[in-house]
Amino acid sequence: MKQKRFSWQRLVHARLFMPLVCLAVVLLANVIRTPDFFKISLNNGVLYGYLIDIINRSSELVILAVGMTLATAASGGQDISVGAVMAVSAAICCQILSGGEVSVTSLAAPIILAALAGVVAAALCGAFNGFLVAKLHIQPMVATLILYTAGRGIAQLVTRGQITYVRVDAYKVLGGYIGNCPIPTPVFVALIVVIIMAIILKKTALGLYLESVGNNGKASRLVGLNSALICFMAYVLCSILAGIAGLVASSRIYSADANNIGLNLEMDAILAVALGGNNLGGGSFNLTGSIIGAYTIQALTTTLYAMKVSADQLPVYKAIVIVIIVMLQSPIFRSLIAGMKHKRTVTVNEK
Amino acid sequence: MSQPVILTMKQISKAFPGVQALNQVDFCLRQGEIHALMGENGAGKSTLIKVLTGVYQMDQGAVWLEDRPVQIRSPQEALSLGISTVYQEVNLCPNLTVAENLYLGREPVKHGRIDWKESIRRAGALLNKLSIAVSPSAMLDECSLALQQMIAIARAVDMNCKILILDEPTSSLDDEEVAQLFALMRQLKQAGVGMIFVTHFLEQVYEISDRITVLRNGERVGEYDTSALPRLQLVAKMMGKDFNDLAVIQAAPKGQVDSTSPPVIEARGLGHSGTIKPFDLTIHKGEVVGLTGLLGSGRSETVRTIYGADRPDQGSLKVNGRPVKISQPLDAMKLGMAYLPEDRKKEGIIPELSVRENIILALQAKRGLFHLMSRKEMEEAADRYIELLQIKTPSRETPVKSLSGGNQQKVIIGRWLLTNPDYLILDEPTRGIDIGTKTEIQKLVLELAGQGKAITFISSEIEEMLRTCSRMAVLRDGAMVGELAGDQLTQAQIMQTIAGGKTVQEDK
Repeated sequence: MKQKRFSWQRLVHARLFMPLVCLAVVLLANVIRTPDFFKISLNNGVLYGYLIDIINRSSELVILAVGMTLATAASGGQDISVGAVMAVSAAICCQILSGGEVSVTSLAAPIILAALAGVVAAALCGAFNGFLVAKLHIQPMVATLILYTAGRGIAQLVTRGQITYVRVDAYKVLGGYIGNCPIPTPVFVALIVVIIMAIILKKTALGLYLESVGNNGKASRLVGLNSALICFMAYVLCSILAGIAGLVASSRIYSADANNIGLNLEMDAILAVALGGNNLGGGSFNLTGSIIGAYTIQALTTTLYAMKVSADQLPVYKAIVIVIIVMLQSPIFRSLIAGMKHKRTVTVNEK
Repeated sequence: MSQPVILTMKQISKAFPGVQALNQVDFCLRQGEIHALMGENGAGKSTLIKVLTGVYQMDQGAVWLEDRPVQIRSPQEALSLGISTVYQEVNLCPNLTVAENLYLGREPVKHGRIDWKESIRRAGALLNKLSIAVSPSAMLDECSLALQQMIAIARAVDMNCKILILDEPTSSLDDEEVAQLFALMRQLKQAGVGMIFVTHFLEQVYEISDRITVLRNGERVGEYDTSALPRLQLVAKMMGKDFNDLAVIQAAPKGQVDSTSPPVIEARGLGHSGTIKPFDLTIHKGEVVGLTGLLGSGRSETVRTIYGADRPDQGSLKVNGRPVKISQPLDAMKLGMAYLPEDRKKEGIIPELSVRENIILALQAKRGLFHLMSRKEMEEAADRYIELLQIKTPSRETPVKSLSGGNQQKVIIGRWLLTNPDYLILDEPTRGIDIGTKTEIQKLVLELAGQGKAITFISSEIEEMLRTCSRMAVLRDGAMVGELAGDQLTQAQIMQTIAGGKTVQEDK
């Protein structure tokens, strides 16, 4: 084996190179427009700043992106119901906490129990998706379209068409702060999800199984993998994570707003997976890439807000930037910049 | 052979990371000649062809068409220079008609619209001229593979091709279809088209080609007139060694059959409705049992039923004397079975994963989700089988899809040997593989049998089966129709049993 040397080519083709470059570009672009972008201050015992805001706000997206990465790897398709599943989980949780009332100031049930119920509901949604995709071989986008449209309806049914408010401080912790901790809780939730997933991937063969099944399901079955079960589990896991993200989002506004929780977030989650350099056709995946992708998207959103772009116009600018990022990541563009340096190396070698 | 030279490739070199695929290779093609390009897997045949068709750019060298130097930068450019390729997998649109396929992208136009009538008329004339018996308005996917290939050739001919490359066109054709294809090739030869013919089948090379260029390890071994190169020498040149190795295998003793202990596999009335009728099959330790029959006779279906790839719905199976129930492949693996499927690409390799991951996959699946092999264990296992089976790969982390077919097959064999099975099912392990690797695999089969493993071997080549199997079961139309052993194992007997009619005993 040759000694591994630093080489420009290897760097450019490294999987995380482009996702990191894109994140860096988005962040650095801010310094020009907003000089105090990286400033972090302590107000009332709580950290403030654009950077903190990005990390905090992207928590739900990071959690979703982790699940979306697994579903994509195993099935070669995407789960577009995660936004709606967030709403279902939030609705169930809040409805149990309020005991059926529209607005309460005291809890009708323990938070742990309600949160668990929300996550279980999400898991059931995932089982439904997984059944359609893994057992009936329905295209993932079509299969999850059902809950994408019906999910919010289910959430509305649960809350009886109202926005259920849980005005209890204990419920605000998940989306707010723990005691005197200056760092927002969602950051920890995302961190814990990522760490647990990293441990699972490191300690079990799940990663290999997912890649194998996503890459060639038939061959995987013949080497003894239960392709259908693995694909099913990926969807259940994806929905469980969506459920957790839903609880965080609900806690931020201490309510279950069936129409708005997680709205359009499934698209951002899919985008995060793509920005992370993952193949949306399934197979090999890179979790770190998806997480970087999630932060990039939130950084972009926060940046545009910081530049005083109104919420209505936001999608337009976001789209433009994303088109550029996706182009930067394309294999052709990569070979192009790898090639620029490559020619120079060749001439050096010939001497 | 005084025909003018229409293509000269000089000193072509092409390197990929870690591999010198072509090293100063010369090649020349004359007008109206059929030139066989021979070599083992990984010898550089495909690379040479891809350089010629503009898929790859060569690092060094030059290409002349007649006496004109040309640069071929893309497949489109190759086409416009009159270089066409017909692959084993036909690159046409199955959902369009024959005529539409023939004129795709260059439809005859009248008043700014496609003139369908004219297109059908022209297609008819073209097919007629080449004596291809198909209606221009038939859907392509209703045509046999051979016809599809001939249509692809017709398209190339109509686009004024001077050089036609046929890359393994006969791999999936039966004898009749091959004959049809060859008739067409002879016709084109008369018309002055130069053809480069890539194949693994020696008989076909001798039947049709005028000259042979042999490549080995990216270098040109030589260029010969077919009539002046005996078969044995050709094989020796491709392998770069003497023919003795092949002789050894013929003399190799059949594995010692241990019939004292209970049979490894004992199937009684096992069947899967719709694919294979109930069959009995007994295999002992150290025995190589062949399954033979025509394509589609139920060879693969038989082993798939034993392995649980298709769940048997009748009959019983005993493994090592104990009755077992197999409902999925994992059950079979836990009983010590291993199954190398017929279709390497669709059911064998996991293309994007590395050689290492492909090798350890079966063992990892057997151990289960929560017992991940350590990185070191994986690497050791991969290195061991890369060395043992002499898998040619730049590194163990190379995606398996970038290996040649024979090496991919070795990876899958390594995958199963790593699980240390008692019973190995090898379904067409040598299909589309060069002679050198074929011989290695045959030797390995006998060696494994010698170690006391039970083996089921399926191959379309009867000679190969005769060399390796001590017993053969014959299948016809989804049913097992006979078993041959000992003196009965001759080509004639097998053919007769496959063909049916009178049984062998009655014949005597």
